[in-house]
Amino acid sequence: MKEAVTAQAPEKSFEEALARLEQIIEELDHGELKLEESLRLFEEGVSLARYCNSKLDEAQGRVELLLGVDGENILTKDFCIDEEE
Amino acid sequence: MAEVYSVSQLTAYLKKLVEEDPHLQQIWVQGEISNFTRHSSGHLYFTLKDESARLRCVMFRRESQRLKFLPQDGMAVTVLGRLAIYPKNGEYQLYVAVMEASGVGSLYLAYEQLKERLAKEGLFDQARKRRLPVLPRKIAVLTSPTGAAVRDIIRILHRRYPRVDILVIPVLVQGAAAPQSLVAGLDLIGRLSGLDLAIIGRGGGSIEELWAFNDEHVARAIARCPIPVVSAVGHETDFTIADFVADLRAPTPSAAAELSVPEIDKLRENLGAMESRLKNLLLQILEKKRILLSKAATHPVLTRPERWLAIRRQQVDLAREEMVNRIRNRLEEKKHSLLKQIAKLEALSPLATLTRGYSICLRKDGSVVSRAGQVRTGEEINILLHRGELCCAVLKVKEEREG
Repeated sequence: MKEAVTAQAPEKSFEEALARLEQIIEELDHGELKLEESLRLFEEGVSLARYCNSKLDEAQGRVELLLGVDGENILTKDFCIDEEE
Repeated sequence: MAEVYSVSQLTAYLKKLVEEDPHLQQIWVQGEISNFTRHSSGHLYFTLKDESARLRCVMFRRESQRLKFLPQDGMAVTVLGRLAIYPKNGEYQLYVAVMEASGVGSLYLAYEQLKERLAKEGLFDQARKRRLPVLPRKIAVLTSPTGAAVRDIIRILHRRYPRVDILVIPVLVQGAAAPQSLVAGLDLIGRLSGLDLAIIGRGGGSIEELWAFNDEHVARAIARCPIPVVSAVGHETDFTIADFVADLRAPTPSAAAELSVPEIDKLRENLGAMESRLKNLLLQILEKKRILLSKAATHPVLTRPERWLAIRRQQVDLAREEMVNRIRNRLEEKKHSLLKQIAKLEALSPLATLTRGYSICLRKDGSVVSRAGQVRTGEEINILLHRGELCCAVLKVKEEREG
């Protein structure tokens, strides 16, 4: 019963992670925090930065050309641009 | 067999025909200006057109200097000029001497009216503008799949931010069918998932070629598009209706691509800077706490309690001395003022007696006479009254026996 509750939290978007990271820096900079709280925020910040970096390292994006829509299905093909210029 | 002419011969013949016709050498023509350009030399080049024909025109600096207004695309004008043929490219054009405005051109008027109507509806309101995602995952590019614009957009998007997925939605960007095609493309976006930004546009062109982007249906399709739209109609100076409705207007397709994604290197740099800031902040916090701790540990109350107590005791003694001094001063003040009051009363008492009719008898030397034996007969004495004094001579001394 309990296990169902501890489902994985949905993945944060890059923007959300970046915004949280900025907020943490702000709090560490201005807040009069207890040492334990500072350490906890620091750890969270470092893992957010690591997460953001990993997002940037994801594979090259695809380029597709839409050919048409057939009911629910979307027909596409890879779209190449010639780089001869 | 009929006679065969060379191109030059035919062109020369036509040129002669046109240029010797007095009617064509001084003719008034009415139309709407398009493709207007003002050369740095001051010469004006433009096309006059109506529903079914167009005419190339030139107005040289000498003539254009006399113009009272700046001609613009879409303006309806009447011009006086002479027609001539330019053999090199086989084209004829009108050399304009005089130009008069004849009201605003109908296309331009239609544009202004639509702009005003949509603005009133609130379609251009800043509050409607959506913010672009910081890091889009998939971008729809609505444009011609064959033009330079689509290549520029894709190249710049991936150069700046290689991670982004791109879906090219092919649409017609000029001609009569373009508005319908653009609307269909825009409405398709709502049925596709995963897209978070759309770029709609085309490369530069004349006002007529961009006209699909001034279509009301296109404007409304942009407004109802479920994701933010960047307009990229390649015209630096003129705004199309699509530009006003879009969440962001880029002057060219390349600029649209640049505005749509961040530069990955900058992002990495930024993240790196944030990470080191985070570390520095923690170090600062730790240092602050350490200083606080060492301050507390070296406080005299902990290191030399007897001395700390002695200081406190001394402070108590000083306070007590201070208190005694103050009370003493206070008493002195009171005593002083009391004595003053008494002196005052004493000074006043003889005077009070005089008012009641008593008097004081004084000898010349000022001594008070209280016994008759103090004076002799004939001596001059003064009698002090409440008001003034009497100078008297003693007639007789009657001494009273003592006892």
